[in-house]
Amino acid sequence: MELIRPGILFALAFAFAVASALAHDAQFAVHMALFAAVGLGLAIWTIQTSDPTGRPMPAGLDDGLYMDGPIRFGVIATVFWGVVGFLVGVVIAAQLAFPDLNVAPVLNFSRLRPLHTSAVIFAFGGNALIATSFYIVQRTTAARLFGGGLSWFVFWGYQLFIVLAATGYLMGVTQSKEYAEPEWYIDIWLTIVWVAYLVVFLGTIVKRKEPHIYVANWFFLAFIVTIAMLHVVNNLAVPVSFLGSKSYPIFSGVQDALVQWWYGHNAVGFFLTAGFLGMMYYFIPKQVERPVYSYRLSIVHFWSLIFMYIWAGPHHLHYTALPDWAQTLGMVFSVMLWMPSWGGMINGLMTLSGAWDKLRTDPVLRMLVIAVAFYGMATFEGPMMSIKAVNSLSHYTDWTIGHVHSGALGWNGMITFGAIYYLVPRLWHTNGLYSLRLVNWHFWLATIGIVLYAASMWVAGITQGLMWREYNAEGYLVYSFVETVAAMFPFYVIRVAGGLLYLIGGLLMAYNVWRTIRGEKPQALAVGTVQRGGLQAAE
Amino acid sequence: MGEMNLYETLRHFADSWALLVLVLFFLGVLIWVFRPGSRRSYRDQANIPFKYDREKEGRKDE
Repeated sequence: MELIRPGILFALAFAFAVASALAHDAQFAVHMALFAAVGLGLAIWTIQTSDPTGRPMPAGLDDGLYMDGPIRFGVIATVFWGVVGFLVGVVIAAQLAFPDLNVAPVLNFSRLRPLHTSAVIFAFGGNALIATSFYIVQRTTAARLFGGGLSWFVFWGYQLFIVLAATGYLMGVTQSKEYAEPEWYIDIWLTIVWVAYLVVFLGTIVKRKEPHIYVANWFFLAFIVTIAMLHVVNNLAVPVSFLGSKSYPIFSGVQDALVQWWYGHNAVGFFLTAGFLGMMYYFIPKQVERPVYSYRLSIVHFWSLIFMYIWAGPHHLHYTALPDWAQTLGMVFSVMLWMPSWGGMINGLMTLSGAWDKLRTDPVLRMLVIAVAFYGMATFEGPMMSIKAVNSLSHYTDWTIGHVHSGALGWNGMITFGAIYYLVPRLWHTNGLYSLRLVNWHFWLATIGIVLYAASMWVAGITQGLMWREYNAEGYLVYSFVETVAAMFPFYVIRVAGGLLYLIGGLLMAYNVWRTIRGEKPQALAVGTVQRGGLQAAE
Repeated sequence: MGEMNLYETLRHFADSWALLVLVLFFLGVLIWVFRPGSRRSYRDQANIPFKYDREKEGRKDE
């Protein structure tokens, strides 16, 4: 019995090694070798740690009611990938301003750009979602994570997916679908990991001791299920060879475009919105120490979001070969989405009613609240941009990039930072954070960074859009394309500055988290400052 | 059945019965949240995050 697991792992490692040796392209050979190395390492590790006497594992930090080990790793991974993703973002922003910074072919903009988007969305955001969902589901169901070691598989399997995707991009492995660049074999691996994630999450809910399922878990479950559906459908593809990295999607033409943006926009709607709303509905009430403003509104918020988001994708394809009725449908649902989005924002903000003074003393709460404010701003701007007349100006310009970043940096980034600052003292049982002053610095650096980013991209995008459509009296275009590119230079430099501030904020967070985990004593605090983590430990 | 017919059938199903069911379900949710007695039950549910935060039980060193 003892040797079955390592035996299977050895066999798998051998199969991957054979696949690597027979690979049709170098990239596939590298990735199969990586799989083989991981399998071999796991097999050896399994033998070394196996215990023929069958003694129970020595008690660790995790022998209590809740299983927090994978969450601790998830928090550290979130911080790590966050800093990496922000750094690559600053690099590619600089490449746009100063094209000489492109180092062909591996460090070209075209290869680094998917590395940046995947690092921030899937590595930073994904790890944050997995970690917080595991934390929240246990503490709102009073049940330990289902599946024993399966949550560890989810964590490490997801990291392997990130490494495969990232190294693939640098080597030129891509199926050229935005936010779904990884090729078929990486997609299959993610599907396996994701199903395991669903099993852990759903299993925990099934064995819950609390009869009601708290609303945050509804949002997390919708996120997990919908992402599974989107990922599978959008990545339906036929590999050219089972020993090569290249594949072709089964859809083509406008159908492929619609499937891609059905996926793409719902990645925003369910990955970057529903999942993060799960965080909002837990961490804001906890940090304010008051229940959510209106639980009834949160249910309406949930169902409206679920019913409407799924139709909004076609607004990415205005004025294309997509039938007009589908474009209009996408536009109408996008505009309707404004209502549930603002309902949710109001619900988050009003949770502070009667406790607004805490914003003055608690920088962690400030971070969570500005995240909700940015959620409101981005979900107002988005529906506006989905209106065809506005879209005819904004589409393909840097305005879109600015919009995405006010949502990603403002909403997703800030609420994740707040969640990390909430979680670290509790997960490592320290007496509060190492430094609240550094949290405050992080808050302002990130906020000013976002303002620089969004404002410069508004000006850049509208300038670009107007220059592209400017005709002279004879009916000729006034500007050549390269003139519109040259006009972007000052705004691109401002964007680099904004991104740099955001990155520095991320580095301060990494330092603060590291010192907190090492158990450094919190700094002396100014009179009247409330050290939240400390209060928690004293309860 | 030809391919265009299948497309037309599905399309008509989508903008008639499927649409009706989805709209009714959604309206049902809106009515459901205002059902009698929901206020108390929602007040309890909103407090779930404060009920089970037994960090002490989950901790080895206590």
